[in-house]
Amino acid sequence: MTDQIPISITVNGRSVRRFVDPRLLLIHFLREDLGLTGAHIGCETSHCGACTVDLDGMSVKSCTMFAAQADGATITTIEGMANPDGTLSVLQESFRQMHGLQCGYCTPGMIMRASVLLRENPDPTDDEVRQGIAGNLCRCTGYQNIVKAVRHAAAVINGRPSQEAAE
Amino acid sequence: MIPGTFVYHRPGTVQEAVALLADHGEEARPLAGGHSLIPMMKLRMAAPEHLVDLRGIGALKTIAEDGGDIVIGAAVTQAQAIASDLLAARLPIIRGTALQIADPQIRYLGTLGGNVANGDPGNDMPAVMQCLGARYVAEGPDGVREIPAAEFYLGPYATALAPAEILTAIRVPAPPAGHGWAYEKLKRKVGDYATAAAAVVLTLAAGKVATCAIALTNLGPTPLLANAAAAGLVGSNLAPADVKAAADAAKAITDPAGDGRGPPAYRREMAGVMVARALTRAAQRAANGA
Repeated sequence: MTDQIPISITVNGRSVRRFVDPRLLLIHFLREDLGLTGAHIGCETSHCGACTVDLDGMSVKSCTMFAAQADGATITTIEGMANPDGTLSVLQESFRQMHGLQCGYCTPGMIMRASVLLRENPDPTDDEVRQGIAGNLCRCTGYQNIVKAVRHAAAVINGRPSQEAAE
Repeated sequence: MIPGTFVYHRPGTVQEAVALLADHGEEARPLAGGHSLIPMMKLRMAAPEHLVDLRGIGALKTIAEDGGDIVIGAAVTQAQAIASDLLAARLPIIRGTALQIADPQIRYLGTLGGNVANGDPGNDMPAVMQCLGARYVAEGPDGVREIPAAEFYLGPYATALAPAEILTAIRVPAPPAGHGWAYEKLKRKVGDYATAAAAVVLTLAAGKVATCAIALTNLGPTPLLANAAAAGLVGSNLAPADVKAAADAAKAITDPAGDGRGPPAYRREMAGVMVARALTRAAQRAANGA
């Protein structure tokens, strides 16, 4: 058998050191070793985006990456998205207000992806939001209210009135 | 969906990586962005015993100008290419193509080197590189050599790269300012490979085609340079009959597989449509000076 290797990762502000099998996927490390079950396993084939996490400011599909590759990285998962006092972040609250979810399975991935999108493009158009979340599948909403939620969050963050209303 | 076991290596230099690949021979594979290899490993269609992760090699991650060439490190990601001001100014077709590859998450990790070295006929960059006259820089136990993109692809997943060689960079002769370009890709959905796609790079002089290159993606066992189609356009003003003749000549060299993207006859027809659209768009861009 192959030797385990040491990795050191910062997850949601917490420094984590573990020995892992080289073949351990990042999503399994997060869910099973760290108990962070917010990132979901959907398709397991890098299509659906339910496993999306923030890795060094990039949105990545944690089902298509070995934990070993994340050695030295800073990762944020949905568990790290709330405000420090435990209240929902603007983006999370926007998904709630705009009904940007139905079953909720895709939501952690959607929010993690949208957070990086808004960092890179603080005031996206509808089309830019759709392009930006093209790697995240939702089978319930038809995306309308997800796009509204992201645009609503952008409006709140930019300090202007939101034009969005949930359908 | 658990990959087989392997030994993980993370060398800090190209030389160390080459030595590891040479030591372990066929049992070793280089790992860049991993978005082709890891899915194959999860399906157990690939089961390398040694993975040589290239991400610790900083020298592979730069984009720079060197003489008349733009040199793109093999580990430059699609996202890095999209964000590069140098590529936007000098090689806009690379940005335009990268934006049509997979989805944002995959573009953060997927690399240009992986895209061109993988040898999957569905990869988009190989046809673009052929159109641009790019050369691939390969480093192996016997030293460094350059392989023209036009001679690199031998069949599905079969390339001119020797087993212990690593593709370290792509050298692209910068096309002249004001050249026209297009990458037209028909796909069923985000993340899919092309049903048919065509790359065009051309220059105009006094409204007529001065130079032209056309290449095709996923329409045969390798990317296809449509040299006859391109040569027939030189001196023309891209009238509808000229464009149709080029599209027909390009269609004639295709040999598409029949799969979920459609039967061969449909994909061949779409090859012609993509070539025609790419020529039209490239000519518009050249006429507009962008």
